[in-house]
Amino acid sequence: MDLSEHAVIVGASHAAVQLMISLRQQGWIGHITVISEESHMPYQRPPLSKAYLSGDLAEERLLLRASETYEKLNVDFKFGCKVTSIDAKNQQLNLETGEKIGFTKLALCTGARVRELDLPGTELGGVHYLRTMDDVKAIRQSAKKASRAVIIGGGYIGLETAASLTKLGIKVTVLETETRLLKRVASEQVSEFYKRLHEEEGVEIRLGSKVVALQGNSQVKSVVCDDDSHSGADMVIIGVGVIPNTELASEAGLVVENGIVVDQFAQTSHPDIVAAGDCTFHPNSLLKKSLRLESVPNASEQAKAAAASLCGIKKAYSELPWFWSDQFDVKLQIAGISQGYTEAVVRGDASLGRSFAVFYIKNQQIIAADCINRPKDFMVAKKLILQQSTIDVAALVDEGIEIKTLIN
Amino acid sequence: MPAITYIEFDGTEYHVDVAVGNSVMDGALNNMIDGIVAECGGCCVCSTCHCMIDPEWAEIAGEPNQEENELLEMVDVREQTSRLSCQVQVTAAMEGMVVRLPESQY
Ligand SMILES: Cc1cc2nc3c(=O)[nH]c(=O)nc-3n(C[C@H](O)[C@H](O)[C@H](O)COP(=O)(O)OP(=O)(O)OC[C@H]3O[C@@H](n4cnc5c(N)ncnc54)[C@H](O)[C@@H]3O)c2cc1C
Ligand code: FES
Repeated sequence: MDLSEHAVIVGASHAAVQLMISLRQQGWIGHITVISEESHMPYQRPPLSKAYLSGDLAEERLLLRASETYEKLNVDFKFGCKVTSIDAKNQQLNLETGEKIGFTKLALCTGARVRELDLPGTELGGVHYLRTMDDVKAIRQSAKKASRAVIIGGGYIGLETAASLTKLGIKVTVLETETRLLKRVASEQVSEFYKRLHEEEGVEIRLGSKVVALQGNSQVKSVVCDDDSHSGADMVIIGVGVIPNTELASEAGLVVENGIVVDQFAQTSHPDIVAAGDCTFHPNSLLKKSLRLESVPNASEQAKAAAASLCGIKKAYSELPWFWSDQFDVKLQIAGISQGYTEAVVRGDASLGRSFAVFYIKNQQIIAADCINRPKDFMVAKKLILQQSTIDVAALVDEGIEIKTLIN
Repeated sequence: MPAITYIEFDGTEYHVDVAVGNSVMDGALNNMIDGIVAECGGCCVCSTCHCMIDPEWAEIAGEPNQEENELLEMVDVREQTSRLSCQVQVTAAMEGMVVRLPESQY
């Protein structure tokens, strides 16, 4: 390792922070510069739609690390500064300001941005997307004056936002195009449960509702669907997914698919460039396929592999994906990826109360689980998925049998 | 700021000042103490921030709630004074507290 080396990290969020820490831990003694388009010290995104939006978590508790930590790490930040292109041949970055920054190693932690809706009225006041702290500050500002909110999109972020706004005393309507909530990611049982949960808490859920326009003068007043229905709104939050930030990479000639293509060591197709987090399309040996994930554990664990690569150490990243979501008093923990399951079985009662687990089975093995207020079932599920052995489904759904005993 | 001692499984000790109101997990993350992974960043959903409170301090650190307890039930080696460090809020009374970290968080 060499003092004249210069590692530059683009982005300053979950992946970037772990990457800079791991770089130092693995012995990187060269310079580290971190360039972020945002203007805040690195903060946690998950609470944005949860405790931070509902006012239960103060802003300073959002920070990923105390500012002294970065002093100890000896990293230079450039905030409010967008990288416009990578000159891979000359190992140089071009910044929006016209400045150029050279690097010997580069880490792309550019994450993802919100998918925007191309509809009339999205420019009206009171219409928001939700990805950054600034977005949530603006949402909280709107919420102060609002009594009705419409949320476009019944995915996790839309539903978490619905729960947080309800907590603030706002009457919320969720509009979802599909025939059920969370259709892309959850089974029917889980979708049904979330519909019931939100309705019990006073949220109006409208399925099969395709939004065609937002209306109002300067401020949004209503949301129009293709059945010509109008939902009155003082504020609107659009949560219809994200797009990975891959343009820097593709324009520099790196291989890009649904994300920047990296190997299990987070190495891109360029020998001096690694990538980690929401922006990557990476192989997972447990799942035996490549995929792009949007989760904090993925960003941090992959960043560890990326940092190792920059230090010339081979540390493969291959973890079982997992996620969580908080809505009202319900904590959902998801282990694995349920895609391709042939059977979904339920432990507990999905139609009553707020505690059960759905296990997704394929070839007599558990491939994933959605655990609703069931932390232990989640922990066991992770072990059962990794164990990859034939599961006794009758025992799995029998609440009389301690779930731990199913682990070999 | 209360000074807290973290002892890694291999015996390495860290003495760090942790602000009141921060969690024992925050203290470890801010000082790059490797034995705490904290995959979920303190949301009480991952259990990779497990620590063992020195028995002398167990009462001050308090008892886990039900959710934390269920996660703790499944950690690799649970001890009598095991806690998830993200759920232990630092108070002035914790000046000098000692916590030990497990061999693995998985
Ligand atoms: C509201 C919300 C709730 C969430 N809840 C959960 C949850 O409960 N659990 C979970 O696991 N995950 C959750 N996620 C997802 C999680 O936040 C992401 O997976 C994680 O933030 C990914 O981190 P990252 O570092 O890869 O990218 P990001 O967090 O997207 O950060 C990338 C950063 O790079 C910057 N950047 C991009 N391009 C450039 C450029 N050219 N120049 C300079 N800077 C640039 C961006 O501005 C951004 O700040 C949630 C996300 C949101 C938005
Ligand atoms: S950090 Fe995840 S449970 Fe404590």
